Amino acid sequence: MANAVEEAGPARSLTMADGTPLKVALARATRRSKIRAFLLVAPLLFFILITFIFPIVDMLLRSVDNPEVNDAIPATVVELEKWDGESYPPDSVLSVFLEEIGDRSEEQRRNTGRMGARLNYEDGGFRSLINKSQRAAPKILESPMQFALIGLDEAWEDKDTWSALDGLAEQPDFADILPKTAALLQKWETGNSPFAEKTPGAEVYTEIFQEIAAAAQDGRIGALTAVIGRAHADVADLVQRTADSAGDIAEHPLKYALIGVDKEWGEVETWKTIQLVSSPVTFSYYLNAVDRTYDADGNIVMQPEWKQIYVQLFLKTIYVSIGVTIACLILAYPISYLLATLPPSKGNLLLILVLLPFWTSLLVRTTSWIVLLQTQGVINDTLVFLGIIADDNRIEMIYNMTGTIIAMTHILLPFMVLPMYSVMKTISPSYMRAARSLGANPLVAFVRVYMPQTIPGIGAGSILVFILAIGYYITPALVGGQDGQLISNFIAYHMQKSLNWGLAAALGTILLAGVLAMYWLYDRLVGIDNMKLG
Amino acid sequence: MAEHKTPFVQFNEVQKTYDGEILVVKDLNLDIQAGEFLTMLGPSGSGKTTCLMMLAGFETPTEGKIMLGGQELNNVPPHKRGIGMVFQNYALFPHMTVAENLAFPLQVRKMSKAETETKVQRALDMVELGAFGGRRPGQLSGGQQQRVALARALVFEPDLVLMDEPLGALDKNLREQMQYEIKHIHENLGMTVVYVTHDQSEALTMSDRIAVFNDGKIQQLAPPPDLYERPDNAFVAQFIGENNRLVGVVKEVDGTSCTVDVDGHIIQALSVNHEGVGSRTTLSLRPERVALDPAPGSMPNVFDATVEELIYLGDHIRTRVSTCGDDEFIVKVPNSHAHASLNRGQKVQVGWALDDCRALDA
Repeated sequence: MANAVEEAGPARSLTMADGTPLKVALARATRRSKIRAFLLVAPLLFFILITFIFPIVDMLLRSVDNPEVNDAIPATVVELEKWDGESYPPDSVLSVFLEEIGDRSEEQRRNTGRMGARLNYEDGGFRSLINKSQRAAPKILESPMQFALIGLDEAWEDKDTWSALDGLAEQPDFADILPKTAALLQKWETGNSPFAEKTPGAEVYTEIFQEIAAAAQDGRIGALTAVIGRAHADVADLVQRTADSAGDIAEHPLKYALIGVDKEWGEVETWKTIQLVSSPVTFSYYLNAVDRTYDADGNIVMQPEWKQIYVQLFLKTIYVSIGVTIACLILAYPISYLLATLPPSKGNLLLILVLLPFWTSLLVRTTSWIVLLQTQGVINDTLVFLGIIADDNRIEMIYNMTGTIIAMTHILLPFMVLPMYSVMKTISPSYMRAARSLGANPLVAFVRVYMPQTIPGIGAGSILVFILAIGYYITPALVGGQDGQLISNFIAYHMQKSLNWGLAAALGTILLAGVLAMYWLYDRLVGIDNMKLG
Repeated sequence: MAEHKTPFVQFNEVQKTYDGEILVVKDLNLDIQAGEFLTMLGPSGSGKTTCLMMLAGFETPTEGKIMLGGQELNNVPPHKRGIGMVFQNYALFPHMTVAENLAFPLQVRKMSKAETETKVQRALDMVELGAFGGRRPGQLSGGQQQRVALARALVFEPDLVLMDEPLGALDKNLREQMQYEIKHIHENLGMTVVYVTHDQSEALTMSDRIAVFNDGKIQQLAPPPDLYERPDNAFVAQFIGENNRLVGVVKEVDGTSCTVDVDGHIIQALSVNHEGVGSRTTLSLRPERVALDPAPGSMPNVFDATVEELIYLGDHIRTRVSTCGDDEFIVKVPNSHAHASLNRGQKVQVGWALDDCRALDA
């Protein structure tokens, strides 16, 4: 058999006695052990998939996901796409918009609310604008003129205006030009009764507009204003202005009606913003996270100064993390050296002391720092008792950056000690002896021979502490006060309070990217292979 | 080795204890001449490494003085002693290249760059690793690392080089090769070497003199042939080479020879180190000095023996016989035609000369 195979092709790949290729046979033989290995890791794999990978992917998606406007007003978004983006959107767009937000169904109201919240991130005030418009929309669609006239001039909303007109309703000159209005006004209950309506019903607005428009057409408007002007010059002025704009209003009743709901609708920028936010994917959360935003034309600009906080916060977080890392390094190096060089019995005891904080709740450790550091705390009391500081001059050591750094350094110290200890433990004392026998004094031997060999431990500890510090939450939240807050506290704020998850996700993603960049940098500089965690 | 010269290294009544209860080095007196290759040989725990460490400066003597070139060393820190040292596991600095390792002792001596480079290259060439300067120790084989360690200990031209079991981590062939190399380097450079090992063949191969350590004391200090052929006591006889031990009582002493009763057999032996008539003594006899079926009358000691075991070792046949009440008695029979026909259980006669049988302490 073997001979036959060799004759058939001596250069062919190796085969088993029965002719199966060796590789196939090997794969078959190892398949069982591979399946076994997979089954052993499967629970952890699924756990990590569900609790780690999936949330991260979700966060990444959420940071660019932008469904709110599209969900609430899909037809308007389609209409807005046809819009030129320069002039005021035509009434066809507005009617679709009003119909969509005016829908009273539960789902539509929820979507509209979300849209308001989303638009509010772009410009404060959007939420109330949308809410007002949502309530007004059905009324506008039914008879737009009431809002349109108010939109033209707020004086149409004044009680005084209508009182004046009501007073004129019985005059023949007035009733002649505005007959239907006069008739309706006479039926309107006015006066000083507390139950009286401030302004008459929507049908009065419709009639008066039509009659003023008609008067403007046939030239009787001068007579009308003269009649009104005798008693109320300001109302006559109002009527004249209404007559002047009558054509425009008749053409764009919804535009004026929306302006009547809120002046903001009069700005083209408002519509541009809606159009901008209507795209299903957005980078505005990321821009927001680096203190930038889109202007109405879609250009990237800086946020107004009072809203610029995140870049500074990121920088502060990085500075604090670097500071904590350096503090940990300085404190941990001698401890680790001592631990690694002591005889095992004493070394293990000390190691337990180092590990002791690990067995205590993070919350307890942090709050105990409050007890120690607060102005009425142990340290201040001691200093006052010893007469080092005056009683009215106690040092502020907590609820500020100092407190955050002190507490974080303490809590993260073991993460620095352990990798350094494990590296130092492997450095044979014979290196130092060799260096000394070769003529190096103890300091030179330490700096040139011992320290370079501890770099893997320094690197591992530093990167571990830095990564933990950059995302630290509880400690800054508890002892940070106002200026000790770090980026993670703001992420939590947007997760829990402002409910701006998109921004929270964008901030989190930037943080994640920063950590990965650190990791990459470390790999380039030191090499991940050199990292030793124990 | 002129005795009148001041010794280069001198241990003067040195004692050492780590815990204040047990002396690991007891009353050590040892003179080492300049240019000498002296080996400290002994089982582990015999104090030899402690002596070396005291000489290097990593341990301080509890009592007594160590002198180097006429200067007391006790208070000189290790880096000022100017002693080269080769460590058991080489202790090459892993973060430096081979050349950087070699340059280290020169740099800390503030030697100029050009001179450093020349000396490093010369040292590398000496150990035949001239092309390996740019590598890291981790990329070298054990033997190569060993040579680098040797070169590093020699590159700053110390007068005294200490070697602490430097070949312990190498395999047998390489170890033998390195032994010769170290020997040749010593012959060429002429520095003083103090070498610590527990491997007796290594000690015999390389040394001018060997100090056999046991129990914190030097048991015997002698050149290799003396040590092997004329051991002073039972420990040295047993520790160096293979040895047949016969325990008996001294019957009679006559000048340099004596008569010993071993289990009823009267043996003529050389009187070396026993406490006189009536005392117990251990007779030491090298297996290769025992003759099988000697010609009658040619030897003073001839006894009947029974062959118990034959082990074929190529050049000789290791034959275990029982004689004089000892069934662990070894005879090395040369693999020649004369002795081709030994069988288990065969009755033979064993015999040896008086000079080859030394009566030592019990």
